[in-house]
Amino acid sequence: MDTFTRHTGIGVPLRRSNVDTDQIIPAAYLKRVTRTGFEDGLFAAWRGDPGFVLNHEPYASGSVLVAGPDFGTGSSREHAVWALQNYGFRAVVSPRFADIFRGNAGKAGLVAAQVDDKVVQRLWDLLEAEPGTEVTVDLEARTVRAGEGADAVEDSFDIDDYTRWRLLEGLDDIGITLGHEADITTYEGQRAAWLPSTG
Amino acid sequence: MGLTLAEKVWNDHVVRAAGGGGGEPDLLYVDLHLVHEVTSPQAFDGLRLAGRPVRRPDLTLATEDHNVPTVDLDKPIADPVSRTQVETLRRNTEEFGVRLHPLGDIEQGIVHIIGPQLGLTQPGMTIVCGDSHTSTHGAFGALAFGIGTSEVEHVLATQTLMQARPKTMAVTVNGSLPAGVTAKDLVLTLITHIGTGGGQGYVVEYRGPAIEELSMEGRMTVCNMSIEWGAKAGLVAPDQTTFDYLQGRPKAPSGADWDTAVEHWRSLRTDDDATYDREIVLDASEMTPFVTWGTNPGQGVPLSGAVPAPEDFDEPGDVVAAEKALTYMGLAAGTPMRDISVDTVFVGSCTNGRIEDLRLAAGILEGRTVAADTRLLVVPGSVRVRLQAEEEGLDVIFKEAGGEWRGAGCSMCLGMNADQLGPQERSASTSNRNFEGRQGKGGRTHLVSVPVAAATAIRGTLSSPADLDRSEQ
Repeated sequence: MDTFTRHTGIGVPLRRSNVDTDQIIPAAYLKRVTRTGFEDGLFAAWRGDPGFVLNHEPYASGSVLVAGPDFGTGSSREHAVWALQNYGFRAVVSPRFADIFRGNAGKAGLVAAQVDDKVVQRLWDLLEAEPGTEVTVDLEARTVRAGEGADAVEDSFDIDDYTRWRLLEGLDDIGITLGHEADITTYEGQRAAWLPSTG
Repeated sequence: MGLTLAEKVWNDHVVRAAGGGGGEPDLLYVDLHLVHEVTSPQAFDGLRLAGRPVRRPDLTLATEDHNVPTVDLDKPIADPVSRTQVETLRRNTEEFGVRLHPLGDIEQGIVHIIGPQLGLTQPGMTIVCGDSHTSTHGAFGALAFGIGTSEVEHVLATQTLMQARPKTMAVTVNGSLPAGVTAKDLVLTLITHIGTGGGQGYVVEYRGPAIEELSMEGRMTVCNMSIEWGAKAGLVAPDQTTFDYLQGRPKAPSGADWDTAVEHWRSLRTDDDATYDREIVLDASEMTPFVTWGTNPGQGVPLSGAVPAPEDFDEPGDVVAAEKALTYMGLAAGTPMRDISVDTVFVGSCTNGRIEDLRLAAGILEGRTVAADTRLLVVPGSVRVRLQAEEEGLDVIFKEAGGEWRGAGCSMCLGMNADQLGPQERSASTSNRNFEGRQGKGGRTHLVSVPVAAATAIRGTLSSPADLDRSEQ
């Protein structure tokens, strides 16, 4: 996996809470058997609305999404993360992420930066007042920054230590786990004999 | 200090405790990995690229459910992209030696229906699947949760998962559900009470007299919807109801093993002196048929209520969400829920597609007719459920009432196959999600219980069986 240290890109204000994974990518777009090509499905229903933020430059070229609380609720489809990445997003900033989405983001290399509610409000105001404003997501420093002067926003964000470390180092966690194979084999030797098998 | 049920199951599966490198979380062993066609192809690709085998094919089971048709089962899948996805699973399972129950197999069905049905889902196990409704299996006292495709690959390769220890919560439901009020009403009431984000970061144990009185099917309905309020997993302590359900199933232990297993399962209870990080208490005796009006499962009201107004909510975020939901749903505040006309009724899904659900629906539909402008779709959760229903003559009841009787699968719950709502079409659905476009682009979903679905099919407006009795007098 590619390493992620910090990223600076145009911020996209998505003034919605409870952005569920069916909104991020509807089920009809989940039929591909690759990890690529999902950008067309990203926010497919909303992109049909001419007023939707991603239908306007400079937001259409954005790479940091700023959304309301409970982003990524619902389905476990990692396609939601891939669709965001395939479109060009490198990070999502929200006051609260659904657990499975956050896990998927960390595995696939999309930074899910959890910030205070007020930070999202201030970012929304700034990004709408000055379209094209860049947002910097600094994983090393765990900070999110945007703008200059009185309206500038700078605050810390939460991400779990293990995911941060793995993203900074660009590590494949299957490789890490296979380093513990002896522990797995030992555990398997102690499992109850009556546990079911699918064979 | 004592331990909660979830902590006991968790501790039993720690291969390697947290620590080391960059703060690695616990490494947890997975007892059963369920696989389906939509979230697995990229995981198998990853194994192939890295030259890794499936570590434990004998603890892995695949089926085809999300993207399969429920009609014309004797023909090839019409949509070529869907066909490719299903064929990819067949190729992958063959190459990696994983057992598959494909379309046409007697054990095919929704992953969360077939695990319990086969007796593979047992108390105290860890169960994962690339599907958020894996929480269903928690009804047996298993720790079961949904994972993404990268984690599917991780489990295929290592039979383990890196997992941060979640917080624990108890939802205690006192009293007894009144007649005609189901497990579905209970969980919809709970989600509206606590909100869609209320369970985030928690494993939830459902307990109390009302939970103990539920059948296994009812417990599965409750645990199934744990994810709809953000919980990582939901579980119920195993008891005699659990053991009675399991005994004699193909994959359940037998003979001396059965006694050993039951002895272990009886220990899977929260200790009296254990504490939870959070507790919620509800009273089942006050519950009534409950339905959703909005576009997330927490936007619900009693069926006897009315569509709320945005200004009824305190939080600014909830006000905006209600405005957007009312616009999308095409509803005016103040409209009595019972006045809402429905085009399609869907009975099925991993939430309510088991034999008990179909019996309940058939009992209400028997001798009655589906309303003229309403379509009723009945989709059994598995081939076994379908065959059982046909043996009992339930299919005849559905067809004579004017409903469609289909093959097994996820169907209109997520509208991935051809079973979809059209734009602005309105459904009463026994499934689990009323998100915008979930059942088809522009479709409008009301989540309901099985009795409400059946009564709604007959009257054409959101109704409970009590309304039928009144209108027929």
